[in-house]
Amino acid sequence: MSKLIDLRMGLFLAALFIVTVLVPIASTLDQGSALSIPSYLIPLMGKYLCYAILAVALDLCWGYAGILSLGHGAFFALGGYAIGMHLMREIGARGVYANPDLPDFMVFLGWNELPWFWYGFDWFPFAAVMALLVPGALAFVFGWFAFRSRVSGVYLSIITQALTFALLLAFFRNEMGFGGNNGLTDFRDVLGFSLSAPSTRIALFVLTAIALAACLLIAKAITVSKAGKVLVAVRDAESRTRFMGYRVENYSVFVFTVSAMMAGLAGALYVPQVGIINPGEFAPANSIEIVVWVALGGRGTLVGAAIGALVVVAVESWLTANFPDLWLFALGALFIIVVLWMPNGLLGLVEKLRLRRKPAPDPNTETPA
Amino acid sequence: MLLRPFLRLVALCLAMLTPLAASAQTLEELVTQLPAGSYDDRAAVVAEIAATGDPRALAVLEALLEGELEQRNSDGRIVIVGGTRRAPTGTDALTGEDLGELGRRATERIRVNNSLRRTIRTAMGVMTLRDPDPARRLAAAEAALRSPAVEQLDALDAAMQAEELDYIREAQTLAHAATILASDADTDTKLDAVAVISGASALTVQSTLNAYRAAEDPALAAAVADAIEAAERRQALWGQAQNLWFGLSLGSVLLLAAIGLAITFGVMGVINLAHGELVMLGAYTTFLVQETIRTHAPEYFGWSLAIAVPLAFLFVGAVGVAIERGIVRHLYGRPLETLLATWGVSLILQQAVRSVFGPTNREVGTPDWMSGAFQLGEMTVTWPRVAIVIFSLTVFFGLLLTMRYSAMGLQMRAVTQNRAMAANLGIRTGRVDALTFGLGAGIAGLAGVALSQIDNVSPNLGQSYIIDSFLVVVFGGVGNLWGTLAAAMSLGVANKFLEPWAGAVLGKILILIFIILFIQKRPRGLFPQRGRAAEG
Repeated sequence: MSKLIDLRMGLFLAALFIVTVLVPIASTLDQGSALSIPSYLIPLMGKYLCYAILAVALDLCWGYAGILSLGHGAFFALGGYAIGMHLMREIGARGVYANPDLPDFMVFLGWNELPWFWYGFDWFPFAAVMALLVPGALAFVFGWFAFRSRVSGVYLSIITQALTFALLLAFFRNEMGFGGNNGLTDFRDVLGFSLSAPSTRIALFVLTAIALAACLLIAKAITVSKAGKVLVAVRDAESRTRFMGYRVENYSVFVFTVSAMMAGLAGALYVPQVGIINPGEFAPANSIEIVVWVALGGRGTLVGAAIGALVVVAVESWLTANFPDLWLFALGALFIIVVLWMPNGLLGLVEKLRLRRKPAPDPNTETPA
Repeated sequence: MLLRPFLRLVALCLAMLTPLAASAQTLEELVTQLPAGSYDDRAAVVAEIAATGDPRALAVLEALLEGELEQRNSDGRIVIVGGTRRAPTGTDALTGEDLGELGRRATERIRVNNSLRRTIRTAMGVMTLRDPDPARRLAAAEAALRSPAVEQLDALDAAMQAEELDYIREAQTLAHAATILASDADTDTKLDAVAVISGASALTVQSTLNAYRAAEDPALAAAVADAIEAAERRQALWGQAQNLWFGLSLGSVLLLAAIGLAITFGVMGVINLAHGELVMLGAYTTFLVQETIRTHAPEYFGWSLAIAVPLAFLFVGAVGVAIERGIVRHLYGRPLETLLATWGVSLILQQAVRSVFGPTNREVGTPDWMSGAFQLGEMTVTWPRVAIVIFSLTVFFGLLLTMRYSAMGLQMRAVTQNRAMAANLGIRTGRVDALTFGLGAGIAGLAGVALSQIDNVSPNLGQSYIIDSFLVVVFGGVGNLWGTLAAAMSLGVANKFLEPWAGAVLGKILILIFIILFIQKRPRGLFPQRGRAAEG
């Protein structure tokens, strides 16, 4: 257990727990109270937590297995689309065209029946499973081909980018049956609860926080396991690991698939809180931004990735609201600064400061590297 | 109902076939008759006016067609009205005498309706067939081909006899043949006409002969069907040629965008995600050069691209050197970190350009000498495409020669193959790195100049090319310039051949999927580098 929850993980989970308990309480307080949180902020914070899950997912495969995926946004969006499809079905006959069988955009396109791949999405459990299964299956197939032919490093990054770009183009097409350019939106409720009700928002927020904690623990469990050690070996010396008899591709495919499913989970929680999913989520730039969250927080630290996502997204919200022109400058500078001067991210910086304050360690006692 | 147009036709024919009878009335008399009577009366007068053969008649008919021919209320004079609606001015329709301002209600328009307009056009067509200006003669012949009118047959015949310019006579011959088909000539004559038409361009054959597919005469119908089928075959063949050409020109664009990357990524192994933005800077350099020329020396606008090419190369190359010295230099051997840092650079460049020039598209003009098109067989070739193909091949071979034969190219290859050995031999590796990166960036700038001619110059210009260019380089084989050429051209051509049946977007998706699968199969591209250096 102590291997699973070290100091950093413990602190983060404790903070997350406190926030998760306090936010619902604060939001039910009287509006006049100084501590009250307006209801509209809750989905926003839920959105940040979704990004944190996404960052943890990427850190698992980039930080520990050295697979720099520039297409994690695609898995995120696919998970989002799966839940979005279910939410679309839940609208039922309350859409603009009041068609009980077809979503609005299909009526608008003049379609007469539901495409086969929409079957089953009426049923929530099916959609929920699909939100994990579709990204997972795509990652498995993609990874199986890629890792078996030893595509790695930069080449892998480029083809994952091509993958999300291809999906971006595909989902823009109306003929695909996913709402084209506009995506899926106008959701009303989930499992019968209205999405605009404060209680639903709080429930989703708490659920997201739990999911984040779960993802962190799962990722940690993977990395401290024996398989996790092999993954680190793959990251640091792929050929050597192979020569020692490990099937590198199996480990890589495994971690890539798990990571993609986490990203899908993040997307699935994201869509009901944000209320829209459109092809823009597939944009390659989005996927690259995830990388900077992880890099800023500290690659290969899991907790750091989550913190990095929260910090960057919070700064982004603030900057785009107050100095919209500055945001891209700041993000661009962040990329450069992190890469040049903070190779271990924020957590690395904290670690460095902590070590500096302490007296030099006794050379006789073994210090962790 | 049917009788009226028929009568008008007869009148027109009579008017043309009996020039003596028609010329009994002079143009002056005829023109004064225009305002009176019904549209049919007017049509008869128009035919007679055309039959006078008077050179002044054309202007009158043209004004009538445009609704600019009016009658002055005070003295019944026929005038051509110009100027503005508020302050119309007039000139005498026949003498061209300037009548000054007319006053708003001083004249009455001579009205025309659609069938009268048709009559007027035919009449004008007949007149312009003999116009002294060759361009107008050609236009008249082409108009006659598009809408063959039996009454023009003799006029066409006469025009063909008199014509001295071959290309106009060809057009007239076609029009003549089309008119024969429309007439009630005998089958043999019509078969000859079909034979004449089947030698024309496929589009002409189809548009002219389609109406006669169901001709009553079986021999004629068969000949028409044969001719159309032959034309369609020819067109399909040329359609493939057209696809090939479009593909090559798209390939040239890809080549231009990717070739700079082939240097930075292929030769140096640096993932430069800011490459697209360097292309964009090149395009904006072109914009600035054109702006400066427009304001200071508009007469040199035709030279703007020639001036922009070296400037873009130097400016973007300098930006590239700055990026290399400032950032990339610290990251050699860490490709993923380089990728992130250069992505940061690309965001900054994008936003900088957006702040300075605004987020909207900027207008970059095409010099006159580059616009226009020419006809090659059944396909239209536009000059900008030709220019881009030539330009990108020039850049490619220029780069190839630089790498192979110049001292700098030799040093570049030495440094990339064995850095330590090169340093030992006295090559300043840092300087070579900077120059190599600068060269790649400068070529991106050149690509920007070319792309400004065919794409929107906006801060997002680069983003649309970056993924494509990386795929081209990876597909072709990293470190191999010939591979880049082959990859760009084959992807361009494949894209254009997929487009007709898959659509532009789906075609692109298929290409992406193909490349993804291809890289799985052959991770080192089409033409992998051999030897120890290639072991990653």
